[in-house]
Amino acid sequence: MASSLVSPSPISSFITNKKDLGFSAFPSTSQIAIQKCKKQVSKKIVSVMAPQQSERKPATTGSVKTGMTMTEKILARASEKPQLTPGDNVWVNVDILMTHDVCGPGSIGIFKKEFGENAKVWDREKVVIIPDHYIFTSDERANRNVDILRDFCTEQNIKYFYDIKDLGNFKANPDYKGVCHVALAQEGHCRPGEVLLGTDSHTCTAGAFGQFATGIGNTDAGFVLGTGKLLLKVPPTLRFVMDGEMPPYLLAKDLILQIIGEISVAGATYKSMEFVGTTVESLNMEERMTLCNMVVEAGGKNGVVPADSTTFKYLEDKTSLPYEPVYSDAQASFLSEYRFDVSKLEPLVAKPHSPDNRALARECKDVKIDRVYIGSCTGGKTEDFLAAAKLFLASGKKVKVPTFLVPATQKVWLDLYTLPVPGSGGKTMSQIFEEAGCDTPASPSCGACLGGPKDTYARMNEPKVCVSTTNRNFPGRMGHKEGEIYLASPYTAAASALTGYVTDPREFLQ
Amino acid sequence: MAASLSHASYSATFTSSASKTTVSLPSRFSPSFNVSTFSPFTVKPLNSTFNPHAQRAITTIMHATSAPSSIPSDTSTKTFHGLCYVVGDNIDTDQIIPAEYLTLVPSNPAEYEKLGSYALIGLPSSYATRFIEPNESKTKYTIVIGGANFGCGSSREHAPVALGAAGAKAVVAESYARIFFRNSVATGEVYPLESEVRICEECRTGDVVTIELGESRLINHTTGKEYKLKPIGDAGPVIEAGGIFAYARKTGMIPS
Repeated sequence: MASSLVSPSPISSFITNKKDLGFSAFPSTSQIAIQKCKKQVSKKIVSVMAPQQSERKPATTGSVKTGMTMTEKILARASEKPQLTPGDNVWVNVDILMTHDVCGPGSIGIFKKEFGENAKVWDREKVVIIPDHYIFTSDERANRNVDILRDFCTEQNIKYFYDIKDLGNFKANPDYKGVCHVALAQEGHCRPGEVLLGTDSHTCTAGAFGQFATGIGNTDAGFVLGTGKLLLKVPPTLRFVMDGEMPPYLLAKDLILQIIGEISVAGATYKSMEFVGTTVESLNMEERMTLCNMVVEAGGKNGVVPADSTTFKYLEDKTSLPYEPVYSDAQASFLSEYRFDVSKLEPLVAKPHSPDNRALARECKDVKIDRVYIGSCTGGKTEDFLAAAKLFLASGKKVKVPTFLVPATQKVWLDLYTLPVPGSGGKTMSQIFEEAGCDTPASPSCGACLGGPKDTYARMNEPKVCVSTTNRNFPGRMGHKEGEIYLASPYTAAASALTGYVTDPREFLQ
Repeated sequence: MAASLSHASYSATFTSSASKTTVSLPSRFSPSFNVSTFSPFTVKPLNSTFNPHAQRAITTIMHATSAPSSIPSDTSTKTFHGLCYVVGDNIDTDQIIPAEYLTLVPSNPAEYEKLGSYALIGLPSSYATRFIEPNESKTKYTIVIGGANFGCGSSREHAPVALGAAGAKAVVAESYARIFFRNSVATGEVYPLESEVRICEECRTGDVVTIELGESRLINHTTGKEYKLKPIGDAGPVIEAGGIFAYARKTGMIPS
């Protein structure tokens, strides 16, 4: 069993004083603790997270079967083994392999080279190919890469290929979806208990469905294409317990920025991140996806949220394939456990140039910005746009900087134009965005989240300061090396667009 | 990686890419990919293969049961010698190979070379000395020395490929992001070695260094200092062979 406690890099916000545990997750005891401690403890809240704890391992004898975490159980079932321990290397049966236009051609090249020009993929129904990265561009190689995908899918009779041919009008392509991670969810390819691998680091998004999902490279993908299996090492699990009612100005993006800021960009390297607690249970599927999406920004191997009625309801009309959810055993061993009381959290940003460069949005209110970008698998889903629309509606004002809207998929784009926004008297999101002076929602794709070819919509071609609902802000991420990207929730992004400065959404929502 | 591929599954012969004969493969590989019954060497679980914190040096002698090819059983004589290029912490994949170059497909030989010419072009201008000179397409630095969490960010295999295509032979970092580490081994493009101390603070770009792989040692000739590296373990022979597929063929796991 993983027995060593991973010690985090020294973080001043960790409380070492036992009394301060009153600020942790147990509401009833914390009330008492706060009153008792009032005189001794300074009134300033030093942290909203209890110190990390390592659970005591259950005593083991040779024949006792120890409890497993969700991730361990999923990998055990996928590798047909009764019991797994973190550190075990196991051959895992893959349920879904996803690839897109950037890594697909390379993976296909390797597959053909290694298994033969006439080789067939292990299962034509388990390979999902989704062009999404460099689509609406005149870059010839980018266009050629989509053609390569098409040729392969035709030759292999791949069942799920979300093709696009007419680049001038995305709506003219009935099969085209858009951003792969959102499309996978919307098309019912994410199912509890399964193993989903993808040639993209944000494949971990699918963990929101209670499955094991992680990103792999072209060579590994080529291997899976031929065999349907991959050798994986079982990761230990970090558990994040979030309890309390979600304040109306916070979104899942704030939660994950909080966590990454706490444990750093390497805090979860080679580990699984499990998200539980009443707050997590209150999140809808797209919010859970946002949470798991940025697991990789902490170095995490995969993220998981236990499947529940929210999950099952979402999947009802999307998949008819049977699935079997798994849950962490009560006696499972976690490497560390972090608890926090969500009601104490505030809207956050990740300042340039790292996703763990956490700061309170309100403390950045003097940062003048040039633009706002709302899009990507992290912040371009229907729920993300709904949040932005709610804030614009509450303010009634117009944006002060160019505000780019890039819906993740065709379905999201459609929702912008058809879903009524609660409390707006029947207005759609697109109407609210138009009234606020935002740019017209663009063609669905990954867009400028990762820069892309030079003619990509909203790409940062000059050094600018941008508040973005995307996932990374390393130098050059959106195009220009000297660009400054502040990662934020859709609420914070919308609020910032209205003022022209990094802005706490509570300025408009209360 | 790829420790125990069963012979039974690969019932067809593979072509190597050099000989252009078409292969008649069964229309689909045997779905019962049975790995538990056969492993080509006395195996302990490869706990150290992708574990950058592996402390023990593992020397595994490959017993290729049928393949007659000679397999180097360890990397004790392998050395790298040349100039080193020093970078800092959290060098992410966008800095190693910016996204705009990802239209280049690594399995295409011409585009592979082109990827190499863009290696580390994403580093900020604070890096006055560039990894590749403006009008060059290869690097003069054999070894990249980095800090913590090298290769973080995207899963793009283009990252280790670009470094290898540019001419780098090894990266020595304090620690790695997992997908980059895994991709380096799977492709065999660069050796992802780990230092025990922050070598990035004691070496300067342009220093002449030697890495003795078998000894797990780095010598900086310019400063005269020596550093212990963590043993590459089972990943070594895989990279030496040229990646997991090449390794599997070389050791007889896949008939060739």
